[in-house]
Amino acid sequence: MSKLIVSPSPHIHSAVSTRSLMTDVVIALLPAVLCSFIFYGWNQILLMFVSVATCVLLEWAITKYLMKKPSTIGDMSAVITGILLALNVPYTTPWWVIFIGAVFAIGVAKLSFGGLGQNIWNPAIAGRVFLLVSFPTYMTTWSAPKGLFGVDAVTGATPLGVIKEGLLQGSTVPELMGSFSYKDLLFANIGGSAGEVCALALLAGFVYLCIRKVIKPWITLSIFATVALTSLLFWGINPARFTDPLFNLLTGGLILGACFMATDYVTSPMSTWGGVIFGIGIGFLTMMIRYFGSYPEGVSFAILIMNSVVPLLNMWFKQKKYGRA
Amino acid sequence: MAKRTFSIGGIHPHDSKISRECAIRPLPLPPTVYISVAQHIGAPAKPIVAPGDKVKVGQPVAEPGGFVSAFIHSSVSGTVKSVGPRKDLAGNNQMTIEIAVEGDEWAEGIDTSDTLVTAIPEDNKAILEKIRLGGVVGLGGATFPTHVKLSPPPGSKCECLIINGCECEPYLTSDFRTLLEKGEQVVIGAAIIRQVLGNVRCVFGIEENKPEAIAHIREVIAKLGCEGMEVMSLKKRYPQGGEKQLIDAVMHRQVGSGALPISVGAVVQNVATSLAVYDAVQKNKPIVDNSITLTGECFPNQANVLVRVGTPLSFIIDQLGGMPADAVKVISGGPMMGKAIANLDAATLKGTSSLLFLRADQTVRGEASNCIRCGRCADACPMGLEPFLLNRLAKAGDMDKLEANAVQDCIECGCCLYSCPANIPLLDVIRMAKADVMKIMRARAAAKK
Repeated sequence: MSKLIVSPSPHIHSAVSTRSLMTDVVIALLPAVLCSFIFYGWNQILLMFVSVATCVLLEWAITKYLMKKPSTIGDMSAVITGILLALNVPYTTPWWVIFIGAVFAIGVAKLSFGGLGQNIWNPAIAGRVFLLVSFPTYMTTWSAPKGLFGVDAVTGATPLGVIKEGLLQGSTVPELMGSFSYKDLLFANIGGSAGEVCALALLAGFVYLCIRKVIKPWITLSIFATVALTSLLFWGINPARFTDPLFNLLTGGLILGACFMATDYVTSPMSTWGGVIFGIGIGFLTMMIRYFGSYPEGVSFAILIMNSVVPLLNMWFKQKKYGRA
Repeated sequence: MAKRTFSIGGIHPHDSKISRECAIRPLPLPPTVYISVAQHIGAPAKPIVAPGDKVKVGQPVAEPGGFVSAFIHSSVSGTVKSVGPRKDLAGNNQMTIEIAVEGDEWAEGIDTSDTLVTAIPEDNKAILEKIRLGGVVGLGGATFPTHVKLSPPPGSKCECLIINGCECEPYLTSDFRTLLEKGEQVVIGAAIIRQVLGNVRCVFGIEENKPEAIAHIREVIAKLGCEGMEVMSLKKRYPQGGEKQLIDAVMHRQVGSGALPISVGAVVQNVATSLAVYDAVQKNKPIVDNSITLTGECFPNQANVLVRVGTPLSFIIDQLGGMPADAVKVISGGPMMGKAIANLDAATLKGTSSLLFLRADQTVRGEASNCIRCGRCADACPMGLEPFLLNRLAKAGDMDKLEANAVQDCIECGCCLYSCPANIPLLDVIRMAKADVMKIMRARAAAKK
């Protein structure tokens, strides 16, 4: 008789693997990636290539030669970090800058902690913030691009930058808002990092992830709701000084951050309520930085700060246990 | 209105009920049966026959070895050949009575006809004694002696009897077939149990993927004019057939940690147990046979068969075309909680519900990788535990924190390991930690006394 396998139950497994989950995230990012290619052209394609290739090759090299463990690049998480990083910088960034960002994201923020699952901060955001403080000029210069098909699509400064700068020079918000329309914001007709520019493409990816049950929507919705409510409050009090809710929802990296970076499994809370609090924290901090900080944009900082609080949230917010008070 | 189900966790594996259309059919008798004396939870029974004794079908061959124990009967007529240790499904030695089959003569007083006996005896004490003498144990998996379960401790009161027809494990269909083919007997069995418990409300909990069974039992209840009985259609979700989950789904009550279902006024009995109660009380027929599902995509002769207790598995498999070439694992029970069989020469027990054949690609686990903290294990856990945390605490050997995080509440349903995208052997680790923690808790309780 043939030999039988004997092992403890359960004997079957859902088909969901780390690789399949991460691949779904890559698929969800594709519309935004395509948008960024069309709007920003060859330079954006080069940045995407350098970022993804650096992340994947570096992870392969570090796991193989430094950690002496089986390579983990098959789980696709390095690809996601590469894509997110490339969507997080202006298309005018020199390729060697994003190379440094990718080395920091994978080498320092991810693998020095032990690799996927062990890192405290989202690697792509850590990489972006590292670049922001190291190369502020490259990271905050936006100029009118020629798209892939020569479309002259965007204006020169980010809306948040225009507002911040204008307020410093004594203008009021309504005066400054004259230069944008919400339709432009929704359909990517604004300046910004590649990933900031196409709200609809990002939201489509988010819906895909929710339908595929890769992520739960609560963190993202909680960020959106908090940003909307906080800005509604300030804008309601003084519309001359503070921007309105819709503007805040559609600008900056909010949609990219809320849909794809705050929902990173590793660096977000496990429980639903923990996630809601995490989202409220990100939304509130983002608005505080936007309204009162010296940077025009605060999503990255807000996510990094809340990433640090996740272990506490995991301890405080647990799901209800069966039959226990 | 949303369909009823339990409130925490759970998963939706493909139900794979590929043998659902196969009617239950009896298999020929094997040349020899091997009847284990350890077929229930509690003390093993004590053999009361010796080699050379002639026995008939339904004659007791072992008596209870304690309060929580059960009678065991010969499932065939013939001669006792030996009484001694024999390897069980897992390959462990168990005291076993070997009987050579000679004909099929039943012990006196057993009604082997198909006549439906609807009149229920009035004396509850006599009913309980018949259940005890019939060797009836819970056939939903735990094999807890039924007469003990039906004698609630003083001070506790049953409010609701739940008949468990969920069969939420993928592949299994024997309870489904029993509901369809022996619906009358099951309903009368439930009516008997309900009467013993004080004419309480009785609810059949059946998952919505068995609409034929739901309709049939409703019809039978109406036809027999049973009072206080209803069928509740439940959403398909694993592990709904778990006692605690089913009570939550049907009564919206949760049993406290370490407490019995009766503490919230519930008693749960399985469909097959209900049938066994009918047989024992109405027909004087002890448990000598049971329905077993033989299934799996690689098993060509899908079947639900009625076999005598103690029939060697290899005999059953040979009757149905032999071992499939590409099967690498044979499971007794369902794929989520069943036990992988090491020894196909072992014999069936009262509680054996299925033989499931799986191919390598269906059952070999993937390589474990880092936890990605996705929280899927915690979302899936029907007890609201955090398997990722218990896994970490178990590896650190932190018994106090394991207990504080309720590792002892784990029902070992396997949802965590099923859901883990990193293939971490969560349940393997938690199961061992749970055993250690419960040992400590028992020692502490004993020291208090």
